[in-house]
Amino acid sequence: MATAHSRAAARLMISPAVLLLLGWMIVPLSMTVYFSFLSYNLLMPGMEEFIGFTNYEFFLTDPAFFAALANTLLLVGGVLVITIVGGTLLALLLDQPFWGQGIVRILVIAPFFVMPTVSALVWKNMFMNPVNGLFAYFAKALGLQPFDFLAHAPLASIIVIVAWQWLPFATLILLTALQSLDQEQLEASEMDGANFLNRFVYIVLPHMSRAITVVILIQTIFLLSVFAEILVTTNGGPGTSSTNITYLVYAQSLLQFDVGGGSAGGIVAVILANIVAVFLMRMIGKNLEA
Amino acid sequence: MSRRVSNRRKALVTVIAWAIGIAIFFPILWTVLTSFKTEAEAIASPPSFVFFDWTLENYTEVNERSDYFLHFMNSVIISLGSTLLGLAIAIPAAWSMAFVPAKRTKDVLMWMLSTKMLPPVGVLIPIYLLFRDFGLLDTRTGLVIVLTLINLPIIVWMLFTYFKEIPGEILEAARMDGAGLWEEVIHVLTPMAVPGIASTLLLNVILAWNEAFWTLNLTAAKAAPLTAFIASYSSPEGLFYAKLSAASTLAIAPILVLGWFSQKQLVRGLTFGAVK
Amino acid sequence: MTKFARVLLGATALTLAVSPALAEKLTIATVNNGDMIRMQKLTDAFTAKNPDIELEWVTLEENVLRQRVTTDIATKGGQYDIMTIGTYEAPIWAKQGWLVELDDMGADYDVDDLLPAIRGGLTVEGKLYAAPFYGESSMVMYRKDLMEKAGLEMPDAPTWDFIKQAAAAMTDKNAEVYGICLRGKAGWGENMAFLSAMANSYGAKWFDMDWKPQFDGEAWKATLTDYLDLMTNYGPPGASNNGFNENLSLFQTGKCGMWIDATVAASFVTNPKDSTVADKVGFALAPDKGLGKRGNWLWAWNLAIPAGSQKTEAAKKFVAWATSKEYLDLVAEKEGWANVPPGTRTSLYENPKYQEAAPFAKMTLESINAADPQHPTVDDVPYVGVQFVAIPEFQGIGTAVGQAFSAALAGSVSAENALANAQAITERTMKKAGYIK
Repeated sequence: MATAHSRAAARLMISPAVLLLLGWMIVPLSMTVYFSFLSYNLLMPGMEEFIGFTNYEFFLTDPAFFAALANTLLLVGGVLVITIVGGTLLALLLDQPFWGQGIVRILVIAPFFVMPTVSALVWKNMFMNPVNGLFAYFAKALGLQPFDFLAHAPLASIIVIVAWQWLPFATLILLTALQSLDQEQLEASEMDGANFLNRFVYIVLPHMSRAITVVILIQTIFLLSVFAEILVTTNGGPGTSSTNITYLVYAQSLLQFDVGGGSAGGIVAVILANIVAVFLMRMIGKNLEA
Repeated sequence: MSRRVSNRRKALVTVIAWAIGIAIFFPILWTVLTSFKTEAEAIASPPSFVFFDWTLENYTEVNERSDYFLHFMNSVIISLGSTLLGLAIAIPAAWSMAFVPAKRTKDVLMWMLSTKMLPPVGVLIPIYLLFRDFGLLDTRTGLVIVLTLINLPIIVWMLFTYFKEIPGEILEAARMDGAGLWEEVIHVLTPMAVPGIASTLLLNVILAWNEAFWTLNLTAAKAAPLTAFIASYSSPEGLFYAKLSAASTLAIAPILVLGWFSQKQLVRGLTFGAVK
Repeated sequence: MTKFARVLLGATALTLAVSPALAEKLTIATVNNGDMIRMQKLTDAFTAKNPDIELEWVTLEENVLRQRVTTDIATKGGQYDIMTIGTYEAPIWAKQGWLVELDDMGADYDVDDLLPAIRGGLTVEGKLYAAPFYGESSMVMYRKDLMEKAGLEMPDAPTWDFIKQAAAAMTDKNAEVYGICLRGKAGWGENMAFLSAMANSYGAKWFDMDWKPQFDGEAWKATLTDYLDLMTNYGPPGASNNGFNENLSLFQTGKCGMWIDATVAASFVTNPKDSTVADKVGFALAPDKGLGKRGNWLWAWNLAIPAGSQKTEAAKKFVAWATSKEYLDLVAEKEGWANVPPGTRTSLYENPKYQEAAPFAKMTLESINAADPQHPTVDDVPYVGVQFVAIPEFQGIGTAVGQAFSAALAGSVSAENALANAQAITERTMKKAGYIK
C-alpha cells in the first residue's frame, strides 16, 4: 500500500522531530561527557585540566550515591504503587452511578494542575509543619505528640506529596479504560454467579492491563527526575535520606559548582535512566503493540 | 446493570465518593481559604475554616511586590508557544508513523520517549552556555525552544496513538480523488484528529505551565513565568502562610480553571492509546 | 551547531515579543529578606530622581539566589546588572576579576563611614568591590518575661553553661514554649553558620594549618554533643528543618525562650506589627566557653556589579543610592528608625534617634565589632571567615557537612557517626581539590 513516494514523504515529515530531538540529546550530552573528564569548578575558571576518570571515581564512591540510588527506586516504586492501587480503587468508585459525578471528578482531577513547587510548599508548610501545620493541630487535638514528617519520614512524606499530584492522572486513564469495558460480558459473568472479586481479577484487571502499563511508563518518565518537591521540602535531607540521583547531581554541580563532578554524575544518571528505559520498553513493548 | 442500582446503594456511593473527592481536593481548598486570612489567623489554633475576617490584603501585598501580570503573560506565551510549535513539528511526524509505518517506527518512538529520561540537572551548564552564546538567556524564545523539545516526545506519542485509530481506507479514498499529501493532511486527517490534537494541546499546556526547572534556571526578570514568581515566596521572613497561599492561588488558578473547563476534552485524550 | 540554533530561532520567531527599550533597564537579583523587600517598595524615590533608569527585580530565596547568580557570573551569562551577594562570595569573586570596583560612588557617599569590620570583608587589595546593604553578627535574643518567670537573669555576655541552664528552666512543652531555638536546616549558610561560630567558641576549627579537617577532634565533639543536647531536650519539634526564617516565625509567635541568630532579626522580633512578643525581648552577646572567642559570626548582604555589565554607570548610581545615608533616612521617614537596615554605617549607631528607637543597637554594634574574620578561632588557621572558610570548595563541603549534622539532629545518626561522616566528606573533597595529598 505504501508507495516509495509516500515513504519518502513520510521520512521527510518525521525528520524535523527526529533531528531536533537528536540535536537536543547529542549537543548537551557530548558537552557533558567532555566536562566529565575535566577538573572544572565554576568558581575557578581557567584551571580546567584533563583528569581522566577521577570525577567518576569520586561520584561512584560517594557514600551518598548508593543512598540516592535506593531512594530513587523507592520514590518511583512507592509513587507507582500508591497511584496505581489508589487510582484503580478510585476509578472503580467513580465508575459507579452517584449524585454529583461531574463535580467529584473535578475535585479529584484538580491536583494534577498544581505546580510541583506550589504543592510542595503547601504540603510542607501548611500541613506537615510540626508546629503550625494542620496535621500537627489534629495530632494535638487528639492528645498526641505532633509527628515531624519531614525530619523522621522524609522520603515517605515526599512520596505522599508526589503521589497526590499523580493520583488524578492515573485515576483518569484507568477510569477511561474501565468505562470502555464491555458491560454485557460483565453482566454475563454476574449471571454465572461470579462474585465481585472474581469478576475484578478475571475480567476487569486484564482489560485494564494496557492502561496500567501506560500509567507506569508515563509516570516513570516524570518520576525519575523528581526535583522541585525535594528542593522545596527537605533539600535532600536529613543527611541523605531523601536525596535521589537527580538531587545528588544538582548538589554536585549547582551547590558545589563542581561542573566536572556534576557532569560525571549526570552521565551516570543518564546510563541508569537508560537501563530503566530498556527494562520498561521491554515490558511495555509486549503490552503496547504499536 | 448500572440502571438497576438501588437508591440506597447510590446514596452510599455518593457519600464515599464525595468524601474522597473533598479529601483529595482539600489541600487546594485550604490554600485558597488561607489566602483570604490575615497572617495571624493563618496559623491560629484552632484553625478556622470559614468564620474569619475575609481580607484581600495578601493579594494587595503580593501585587505590590511582584508584577503578577508580567509573569502570567510569560507563562501563557511560553506554554502556548511551546505547545503550538511542538504540535507543528509533531503532527507530520506522528502522521507518518501512524500511516506509513516502517520497521523502525516503534524503536524511534521509544527512543524519543527515552530522551525525556535525561535528568535536566545533568545538562544545565552546557545548555546555559549555549543559551548565553545565542543570546537566549531570559528570553521567551529560549524557553519556548527548550519546553518544545522537552515535551515533543509526549506530543508525538499522544498524537500517534490517535492517528493510529483513524481507518486507513479514508485516506486511500482521498488519495484516489487525487488529493496531494498536504491536502490529505489538512482536509482529511486534521478534522478527524481534532479531538486528539485538542487534548494533546491541553495536556502540554499544563505540563509546560508547571515546568519548574528550566523556567527557573534560564530566566531572570523579563521572561520569568509564574514558576519563578512563586519561588520568591518560598520562605520569606516571619509569618508568611497567608501571603504564600495568595501567591500560590494566583499561580495555579489560571491553569486550574482552564483544566476544569476543558476537563471533558482533556479526559478524552488522556488515554495514550491505553483504550482500544 | 550554529545552523541548528538558527533553525530553532527561525521556528520560534513567531513567539518573539520585542519591547522597545526607552529607558535603561537594570535587572537586580536579590534575596527575599525583609529589608530587601522593603527596598523594592521604596525605589520610587530613586526612579523619580533618575527617570532614565528602570528597575527590574528578581527576588529569590537565598539558596536559589546564590546558585543563580553564581552560575550567571561564572559563565558570564550577563543576566543581571546588580547582584546581591554575601561576604563569602565577595572576596572570591573579586579575586577572579568578576566584579566592578566601586570607586567614585559620589561625593556624599562617605565610604569611610562604613563599619570597618564589614568593609574589611568586602575589600580586596585595598579596593572595595561590593557595597554593604545590611550587616549582621549573631547574638542571643530572649524573652524577658520567661526569663523572669524562671527566676534567672541574663548577663550581657552569657556562657554556654548558662544558656543550657536557662533553656531547661524556660521550656514548657505543654504550653508550646521551647527554651531554645537554633538553626537545624542543612546548608552552609544555615545550620553550619551557627555551628561553625559555636565551634569557634569551643576552640574547634575547620582545618589546621596543613588544611587537615578537624572534625575528629575533641572540640568538635563537645560542640556537636552540646548542640544536640540543647536541641533535643529544649528545642522545638521539626528543628532539623528550621532555618533563619522558620525560627523567626517561631520566635515571633512566642514559641521560643531564647534564639541565637542574626542580629538583623532584632528589628523583626521587636516590631509589634509582626511579633506577638515585641515588647518582651531582651538581647545579649553570643555565648562563650571562656576560651576567648564568642560564638558570633559576621555577615553582610551586599550589592555588587558584575564585570561584564554594560550598564555600569546606572548600576553604580543605584548601588550608591541603596547603600547611602540618604536611603537610611528615607526608611526612617517612611517606616521608622527601628526598620532601617542595620550594621553598615558608623553614623547610624551614633544617631541618637536610632539608639532610642532600636533597643538592640548597642548589642548589634558590639557583636559586629567582636567578630574577627581574619582570626576567627582560638588556634591559628590558614583561612579567613568566621562561620565560613573563604575557599571556593567550601559551599559544597559546608552543605554536605550541614546535611550530616542535620541528620544527627533529626536523630537518624549518632553524633559520633555524623562527625565521622563530616570528616570523611571533607577529606574527600580537600583531596580532590589538591589541598592535601
